[in-house]
Amino acid sequence: MSFLDYFRSKKTNTANVAKERLQIIVAHERGHRKQPDYLPALQQELLAVIRKYVDISDDMVQVEIDRTDTCSVLELNVTLPEK
Amino acid sequence: MARIIVVTSGKGGVGKTTTSASISTGIAKRGHKTVVIDFDVGLRNLDLIMNCERRVVYDFVNVIQGEASLNQALIRDKRVNTLFILPASQTREKEALTKEGVERVINELAQTFDYIICDSPAGIEHGAQMALYFADEAIVVTNPEVSSVRDSDRILGILQSKSRRAEKGQDPVKEHLLVTRYNPVRVERGEMLSVADIEEILAIPLMGVIPESQIVLNSSNQGLPVILETESDAGQAYDDAVARLLGEEREHRFMTAQKKGFFSRMFKGG
Ligand SMILES: Nc1ncnc2c1ncn2[C@@H]1O[C@H](COP(=O)(O)OP(=O)(O)O)[C@@H](O)[C@H]1O
Ligand SMILES: [Mg+2]
Repeated sequence: MSFLDYFRSKKTNTANVAKERLQIIVAHERGHRKQPDYLPALQQELLAVIRKYVDISDDMVQVEIDRTDTCSVLELNVTLPEK
Repeated sequence: MARIIVVTSGKGGVGKTTTSASISTGIAKRGHKTVVIDFDVGLRNLDLIMNCERRVVYDFVNVIQGEASLNQALIRDKRVNTLFILPASQTREKEALTKEGVERVINELAQTFDYIICDSPAGIEHGAQMALYFADEAIVVTNPEVSSVRDSDRILGILQSKSRRAEKGQDPVKEHLLVTRYNPVRVERGEMLSVADIEEILAIPLMGVIPESQIVLNSSNQGLPVILETESDAGQAYDDAVARLLGEEREHRFMTAQKKGFFSRMFKGG
Protein backbone atom coordinates (compact mmCIF):
# COMPACT_ATOMS: atom_id res chain seq x y z
CA MET A 1 0.00 0.00 0.00
CA SER A 2 1.48 3.36 -1.00
CA PHE A 3 1.71 6.36 1.29
CA LEU A 4 -1.15 8.05 -0.54
CA ASP A 5 -3.41 4.99 -0.44
CA TYR A 6 -3.00 4.90 3.29
CA PHE A 7 -4.54 8.35 3.66
CA ARG A 8 -7.23 7.65 1.10
CA SER A 9 -8.39 4.52 2.85
CA LYS A 10 -8.60 6.45 6.09
CA LYS A 11 -11.02 8.85 4.43
CA THR A 12 -13.51 6.38 3.00
CA ASN A 13 -15.54 5.18 5.92
CA THR A 14 -17.24 2.19 4.31
CA ALA A 15 -19.50 1.66 7.31
CA ASN A 16 -21.11 5.03 6.60
CA VAL A 17 -21.61 4.09 2.97
CA ALA A 18 -23.23 0.82 4.09
CA LYS A 19 -25.55 2.64 6.47
CA GLU A 20 -26.71 5.16 3.86
CA ARG A 21 -27.35 2.46 1.26
CA LEU A 22 -29.28 0.38 3.78
CA GLN A 23 -31.44 3.29 4.88
CA ILE A 24 -32.50 3.92 1.29
CA ILE A 25 -33.20 0.30 0.30
CA VAL A 26 -34.96 -0.58 3.54
CA ALA A 27 -37.26 2.45 3.30
CA HIS A 28 -38.05 1.53 -0.30
CA GLU A 29 -38.82 -2.10 0.55
CA ARG A 30 -40.97 -1.16 3.53
CA GLY A 31 -43.04 1.06 1.23
CA HIS A 32 -43.65 -1.86 -1.10
CA ARG A 33 -44.61 -4.18 1.76
CA LYS A 34 -47.68 -2.10 2.52
CA GLN A 35 -48.96 -2.36 -1.04
CA PRO A 36 -51.96 -4.67 -1.60
CA ASP A 37 -51.36 -8.07 -3.23
CA TYR A 38 -53.40 -7.23 -6.32
CA LEU A 39 -51.13 -4.35 -7.35
CA PRO A 40 -48.78 -6.26 -9.70
CA ALA A 41 -51.78 -7.82 -11.52
CA LEU A 42 -53.48 -4.43 -11.75
CA GLN A 43 -50.31 -2.96 -13.21
CA GLN A 44 -50.10 -5.73 -15.83
CA GLU A 45 -53.72 -5.27 -16.91
CA LEU A 46 -53.40 -1.50 -17.13
CA LEU A 47 -50.30 -1.97 -19.21
CA ALA A 48 -52.18 -4.28 -21.59
CA VAL A 49 -55.02 -1.76 -22.03
CA ILE A 50 -52.68 1.16 -22.71
CA ARG A 51 -50.70 -0.97 -25.17
CA LYS A 52 -53.79 -1.31 -27.34
CA TYR A 53 -53.33 2.37 -28.18
CA VAL A 54 -49.71 3.32 -27.48
CA ASP A 55 -46.52 1.31 -27.64
CA ILE A 56 -44.98 1.52 -24.17
CA SER A 57 -42.53 -0.62 -22.21
CA ASP A 58 -43.13 -2.28 -18.81
CA ASP A 59 -41.38 0.35 -16.75
CA MET A 60 -43.47 3.20 -18.19
CA VAL A 61 -46.47 2.46 -16.01
CA GLN A 62 -46.07 3.04 -12.27
CA VAL A 63 -48.90 2.10 -9.94
CA GLU A 64 -48.84 2.96 -6.26
CA ILE A 65 -51.30 3.25 -3.43
CA ASP A 66 -50.98 6.03 -0.89
CA ARG A 67 -52.90 5.53 2.29
CA THR A 68 -53.80 8.11 4.88
CA ASP A 69 -56.10 7.67 7.87
CA THR A 70 -59.21 8.70 6.00
CA CYS A 71 -58.69 7.58 2.41
CA SER A 72 -56.53 5.73 -0.09
CA VAL A 73 -55.33 7.18 -3.37
CA LEU A 74 -54.46 5.05 -6.36
CA GLU A 75 -51.63 6.84 -8.11
CA LEU A 76 -51.12 5.96 -11.75
CA ASN A 77 -48.17 7.35 -13.67
CA VAL A 78 -47.92 6.65 -17.38
CA THR A 79 -44.96 7.91 -19.32
CA LEU A 80 -45.69 8.16 -23.07
CA PRO A 81 -42.91 7.81 -25.61
CA GLU A 82 -41.69 10.99 -27.32
CA LYS A 83 -43.41 12.19 -30.56
CA MET B 1 -48.51 -20.14 29.61
CA ALA B 2 -45.49 -21.21 27.58
CA ARG B 3 -43.46 -18.46 25.91
CA ILE B 4 -42.87 -19.40 22.27
CA ILE B 5 -39.74 -17.72 20.91
CA VAL B 6 -38.40 -18.01 17.35
CA VAL B 7 -34.73 -17.41 16.53
CA THR B 8 -34.76 -16.07 13.00
CA SER B 9 -32.79 -13.93 10.52
CA GLY B 10 -33.60 -14.46 6.86
CA LYS B 11 -29.94 -14.84 5.99
CA GLY B 12 -28.07 -18.09 6.63
CA GLY B 13 -24.88 -18.53 8.60
CA VAL B 14 -25.42 -15.54 10.88
CA GLY B 15 -25.59 -17.52 14.16
CA LYS B 16 -29.20 -18.69 14.63
CA THR B 17 -28.33 -22.23 15.68
CA THR B 18 -25.47 -21.04 17.89
CA THR B 19 -27.93 -18.62 19.49
CA SER B 20 -30.75 -21.18 19.87
CA ALA B 21 -28.40 -23.58 21.65
CA SER B 22 -27.05 -20.96 24.04
CA ILE B 23 -30.32 -19.15 24.75
CA SER B 24 -32.22 -22.38 25.46
CA THR B 25 -29.39 -23.67 27.67
CA GLY B 26 -29.25 -20.35 29.54
CA ILE B 27 -33.01 -20.27 30.18
CA ALA B 28 -33.07 -23.93 31.28
CA LYS B 29 -30.07 -23.38 33.59
CA ARG B 30 -32.19 -20.87 35.47
CA GLY B 31 -34.64 -23.67 36.23
CA HIS B 32 -37.28 -23.12 33.54
CA LYS B 33 -38.49 -26.18 31.69
CA THR B 34 -37.31 -25.50 28.13
CA VAL B 35 -37.51 -27.25 24.78
CA VAL B 36 -35.59 -26.22 21.67
CA ILE B 37 -36.98 -27.34 18.29
CA ASP B 38 -34.83 -27.64 15.17
CA PHE B 39 -36.99 -26.43 12.24
CA ASP B 40 -34.17 -26.85 9.71
CA VAL B 41 -35.64 -29.98 8.10
CA GLY B 42 -33.10 -31.61 5.81
CA LEU B 43 -30.16 -29.79 7.39
CA ARG B 44 -30.20 -30.93 11.00
CA ASN B 45 -27.42 -29.25 13.00
CA LEU B 46 -28.70 -28.24 16.40
CA ASP B 47 -28.08 -31.82 17.63
CA LEU B 48 -24.37 -31.46 16.82
CA ILE B 49 -24.06 -28.08 18.52
CA MET B 50 -25.77 -29.56 21.60
CA ASN B 51 -23.82 -32.82 21.54
CA CYS B 52 -26.76 -35.19 21.20
CA GLU B 53 -26.35 -36.28 17.57
CA ARG B 54 -25.84 -39.92 18.48
CA ARG B 55 -28.97 -40.01 20.62
CA VAL B 56 -31.42 -39.04 17.87
CA VAL B 57 -33.93 -41.82 17.21
CA TYR B 58 -37.12 -40.05 16.16
CA ASP B 59 -37.50 -36.48 14.93
CA PHE B 60 -39.95 -33.57 14.58
CA VAL B 61 -41.41 -34.87 11.30
CA ASN B 62 -41.94 -38.36 12.78
CA VAL B 63 -44.01 -36.75 15.52
CA ILE B 64 -46.00 -34.60 13.07
CA GLN B 65 -46.78 -37.64 10.94
CA GLY B 66 -47.77 -39.76 13.93
CA GLU B 67 -44.87 -42.22 13.56
CA ALA B 68 -43.58 -41.46 17.06
CA SER B 69 -44.84 -39.79 20.22
CA LEU B 70 -43.33 -36.60 21.56
CA ASN B 71 -41.85 -38.48 24.50
CA GLN B 72 -40.08 -40.85 22.13
CA ALA B 73 -38.60 -38.00 20.09
CA LEU B 74 -37.57 -35.54 22.82
CA ILE B 75 -33.95 -35.81 23.93
CA ARG B 76 -33.08 -34.74 27.46
CA ASP B 77 -29.89 -32.67 27.67
CA LYS B 78 -27.09 -34.37 29.62
CA ARG B 79 -25.83 -31.13 31.21
CA VAL B 80 -29.01 -29.25 32.10
CA ASN B 81 -31.86 -31.52 33.14
CA THR B 82 -34.64 -29.00 32.48
CA LEU B 83 -33.63 -28.81 28.81
CA PHE B 84 -35.00 -30.95 25.95
CA ILE B 85 -34.19 -31.03 22.24
CA LEU B 86 -36.59 -31.92 19.43
CA PRO B 87 -34.33 -32.69 16.46
CA ALA B 88 -35.13 -31.97 12.81
CA SER B 89 -35.52 -34.71 10.27
CA GLN B 90 -32.49 -35.27 8.07
CA THR B 91 -34.27 -36.91 5.16
CA ARG B 92 -37.60 -35.19 4.56
CA GLU B 93 -38.58 -32.06 2.68
CA LYS B 94 -39.44 -28.81 4.43
CA GLU B 95 -43.03 -29.24 3.19
CA ALA B 96 -43.42 -32.11 5.69
CA LEU B 97 -43.95 -29.35 8.26
CA THR B 98 -47.64 -28.63 7.87
CA LYS B 99 -49.20 -25.77 9.78
CA GLU B 100 -51.69 -28.13 11.46
CA GLY B 101 -48.95 -30.60 12.37
CA VAL B 102 -46.65 -27.95 13.83
CA GLU B 103 -49.57 -26.48 15.76
CA ARG B 104 -50.45 -29.83 17.28
CA VAL B 105 -46.87 -30.43 18.45
CA ILE B 106 -46.46 -26.91 19.83
CA ASN B 107 -49.77 -27.11 21.69
CA GLU B 108 -48.75 -30.39 23.27
CA LEU B 109 -45.35 -28.98 24.28
CA ALA B 110 -47.00 -25.85 25.69
CA GLN B 111 -48.82 -28.00 28.25
CA THR B 112 -45.61 -29.02 29.99
CA PHE B 113 -42.89 -26.54 29.00
CA ASP B 114 -42.32 -22.93 30.12
CA TYR B 115 -40.24 -21.96 27.08
CA ILE B 116 -40.37 -23.23 23.50
CA ILE B 117 -37.41 -22.04 21.38
CA CYS B 118 -37.73 -22.47 17.61
CA ASP B 119 -34.47 -22.55 15.62
CA SER B 120 -35.46 -21.30 12.16
CA PRO B 121 -33.89 -22.37 8.87
CA ALA B 122 -32.50 -19.64 6.61
CA GLY B 123 -34.63 -17.96 3.96
CA ILE B 124 -38.12 -16.52 3.99
CA GLU B 125 -39.93 -19.52 2.51
CA HIS B 126 -42.09 -22.26 4.02
CA GLY B 127 -39.64 -23.61 6.63
CA ALA B 128 -38.82 -20.18 8.02
CA GLN B 129 -42.51 -19.22 7.99
CA MET B 130 -43.48 -22.35 9.93
CA ALA B 131 -40.78 -21.64 12.52
CA LEU B 132 -42.10 -18.13 13.18
CA TYR B 133 -45.84 -18.65 12.66
CA PHE B 134 -46.76 -19.57 16.25
CA ALA B 135 -44.21 -17.31 17.97
CA ASP B 136 -45.02 -14.83 20.73
CA GLU B 137 -41.55 -13.33 20.50
CA ALA B 138 -38.75 -13.25 17.95
CA ILE B 139 -35.02 -12.99 18.40
CA VAL B 140 -33.78 -11.44 15.17
CA VAL B 141 -30.13 -12.48 14.73
CA THR B 142 -28.23 -9.91 12.69
CA ASN B 143 -24.59 -9.57 11.63
CA PRO B 144 -23.10 -6.09 11.12
CA GLU B 145 -23.17 -6.44 7.37
CA VAL B 146 -25.45 -5.03 4.65
CA SER B 147 -27.14 -8.21 3.41
CA SER B 148 -27.83 -9.49 6.91
CA VAL B 149 -29.44 -6.20 8.00
CA ARG B 150 -31.61 -6.07 4.89
CA ASP B 151 -32.73 -9.69 5.34
CA SER B 152 -33.54 -9.02 9.00
CA ASP B 153 -35.80 -6.19 7.91
CA ARG B 154 -37.59 -8.54 5.51
CA ILE B 155 -38.11 -11.10 8.28
CA LEU B 156 -39.54 -8.31 10.46
CA GLY B 157 -42.01 -7.60 7.65
CA ILE B 158 -43.06 -11.28 7.64
CA LEU B 159 -43.40 -11.36 11.44
CA GLN B 160 -45.68 -8.33 11.17
CA SER B 161 -47.87 -9.72 8.40
CA LYS B 162 -47.70 -13.54 8.28
CA SER B 163 -47.39 -14.73 11.87
CA ARG B 164 -50.40 -16.17 13.68
CA ARG B 165 -50.53 -13.06 15.87
CA ALA B 166 -50.65 -10.83 12.78
CA GLU B 167 -53.25 -12.94 10.99
CA LYS B 168 -55.50 -13.06 14.05
CA GLY B 169 -55.13 -9.36 14.78
CA GLN B 170 -53.62 -10.03 18.23
CA ASP B 171 -50.82 -8.08 19.89
CA PRO B 172 -47.83 -8.17 17.54
CA VAL B 173 -44.90 -10.58 17.98
CA LYS B 174 -42.45 -9.00 20.42
CA GLU B 175 -39.18 -8.35 18.58
CA HIS B 176 -35.65 -8.51 20.02
CA LEU B 177 -32.50 -7.53 18.13
CA LEU B 178 -29.44 -9.71 18.74
CA VAL B 179 -26.30 -8.50 16.93
CA THR B 180 -23.77 -11.32 16.59
CA ARG B 181 -20.22 -11.69 15.23
CA TYR B 182 -19.54 -8.10 16.26
CA ASN B 183 -16.01 -6.79 15.92
CA PRO B 184 -15.59 -3.48 17.81
CA VAL B 185 -12.09 -2.90 16.41
CA ARG B 186 -13.39 -2.89 12.85
CA VAL B 187 -16.34 -0.74 13.88
CA GLU B 188 -13.97 1.86 15.31
CA ARG B 189 -11.98 1.83 12.09
CA GLY B 190 -15.16 2.62 10.16
CA GLU B 191 -15.11 -0.74 8.39
CA MET B 192 -18.16 -2.28 10.02
CA LEU B 193 -21.69 -1.09 10.84
CA SER B 194 -22.03 -0.19 14.51
CA VAL B 195 -24.75 -1.47 16.84
CA ALA B 196 -26.20 2.05 16.85
CA ASP B 197 -26.40 2.02 13.03
CA ILE B 198 -28.22 -1.33 13.02
CA GLU B 199 -30.61 -0.23 15.78
CA GLU B 200 -31.39 2.93 13.85
CA ILE B 201 -32.16 1.06 10.64
CA LEU B 202 -34.16 -1.84 12.09
CA ALA B 203 -35.77 0.19 14.90
CA ILE B 204 -36.37 -2.70 17.33
CA PRO B 205 -35.11 -3.02 20.92
CA LEU B 206 -31.60 -4.38 21.43
CA MET B 207 -31.39 -7.62 23.40
CA GLY B 208 -27.66 -8.15 23.18
CA VAL B 209 -24.40 -7.96 21.28
CA ILE B 210 -22.31 -11.13 20.85
CA PRO B 211 -18.71 -10.44 19.85
CA GLU B 212 -16.99 -12.30 17.03
CA SER B 213 -15.02 -14.86 18.98
CA GLN B 214 -12.73 -17.86 18.43
CA ILE B 215 -14.37 -19.60 21.33
CA VAL B 216 -17.60 -20.11 19.35
CA LEU B 217 -15.89 -22.43 16.87
CA ASN B 218 -14.00 -24.20 19.65
CA SER B 219 -17.12 -24.88 21.64
CA SER B 220 -19.17 -26.01 18.63
CA ASN B 221 -16.34 -28.44 17.78
CA GLN B 222 -17.04 -30.09 21.12
CA GLY B 223 -20.83 -29.81 21.11
CA LEU B 224 -20.83 -27.34 23.96
CA PRO B 225 -23.24 -24.38 23.79
CA VAL B 226 -20.92 -21.37 24.14
CA ILE B 227 -22.97 -19.94 27.03
CA LEU B 228 -21.47 -22.73 29.17
CA GLU B 229 -18.00 -21.27 28.55
CA THR B 230 -18.63 -18.89 31.40
CA GLU B 231 -15.20 -17.27 31.31
CA SER B 232 -15.45 -16.30 27.64
CA ASP B 233 -16.67 -12.98 26.19
CA ALA B 234 -19.22 -14.66 23.88
CA GLY B 235 -20.47 -16.89 26.72
CA GLN B 236 -20.96 -13.93 29.02
CA ALA B 237 -22.63 -11.91 26.28
CA TYR B 238 -25.14 -14.73 25.77
CA ASP B 239 -25.72 -14.93 29.51
CA ASP B 240 -26.49 -11.20 29.56
CA ALA B 241 -28.91 -11.65 26.65
CA VAL B 242 -30.75 -14.45 28.49
CA ALA B 243 -30.97 -12.32 31.63
CA ARG B 244 -32.51 -9.45 29.63
CA LEU B 245 -34.95 -11.83 27.92
CA LEU B 246 -36.09 -12.89 31.40
CA GLY B 247 -36.62 -9.30 32.45
CA GLU B 248 -33.37 -8.41 34.18
CA GLU B 249 -31.65 -5.08 33.47
CA ARG B 250 -28.03 -5.54 32.41
CA GLU B 251 -25.68 -3.01 30.94
CA HIS B 252 -24.38 -3.82 27.44
CA ARG B 253 -20.79 -5.07 27.25
CA PHE B 254 -18.28 -6.09 24.57
CA MET B 255 -19.28 -3.18 22.35
CA THR B 256 -16.05 -1.21 22.47
CA ALA B 257 -12.53 -2.23 21.51
CA GLN B 258 -10.08 -3.02 24.28
CA LYS B 259 -7.85 0.02 24.54
CA LYS B 260 -4.33 -0.83 23.54
CA GLY B 261 -1.52 0.37 25.74
CA PHE B 262 0.60 3.33 24.61
CA PHE B 263 3.56 1.15 23.70
CA SER B 264 1.74 -1.46 21.66
CA ARG B 265 0.12 1.40 19.76
CA MET B 266 3.54 2.95 19.12
CA PHE B 267 5.02 -0.27 17.80
CA LYS B 268 2.09 -1.71 15.90
CA GLY B 269 1.12 1.59 14.37
CA GLY B 270 -2.27 1.78 15.97
N1 LIG C 1 -20.13 -14.85 17.74
C1 LIG C 1 -19.51 -15.64 16.83
N2 LIG C 1 -18.17 -15.56 16.65
C2 LIG C 1 -17.57 -16.36 15.74
N3 LIG C 1 -18.19 -17.26 14.99
C3 LIG C 1 -19.52 -17.39 15.11
C4 LIG C 1 -20.26 -16.59 16.03
N4 LIG C 1 -21.58 -16.95 15.94
C5 LIG C 1 -21.65 -17.92 15.00
N5 LIG C 1 -20.42 -18.20 14.50
C6 LIG C 1 -20.08 -19.21 13.47
O1 LIG C 1 -20.83 -18.91 12.30
C7 LIG C 1 -21.20 -20.11 11.63
C8 LIG C 1 -22.71 -20.13 11.40
O2 LIG C 1 -23.37 -20.21 12.66
P1 LIG C 1 -24.79 -20.91 12.83
O3 LIG C 1 -25.20 -20.72 14.24
O4 LIG C 1 -24.77 -22.30 12.30
O5 LIG C 1 -25.67 -19.99 11.87
P2 LIG C 1 -27.14 -20.21 11.24
O6 LIG C 1 -27.86 -21.18 12.12
O7 LIG C 1 -27.74 -18.83 11.26
O8 LIG C 1 -26.96 -20.71 9.85
C9 LIG C 1 -20.70 -21.25 12.50
O9 LIG C 1 -19.49 -21.72 11.95
C10 LIG C 1 -20.49 -20.62 13.84
O10 LIG C 1 -19.48 -21.26 14.56
MG1 LIG D 1 -28.91 -23.00 11.66
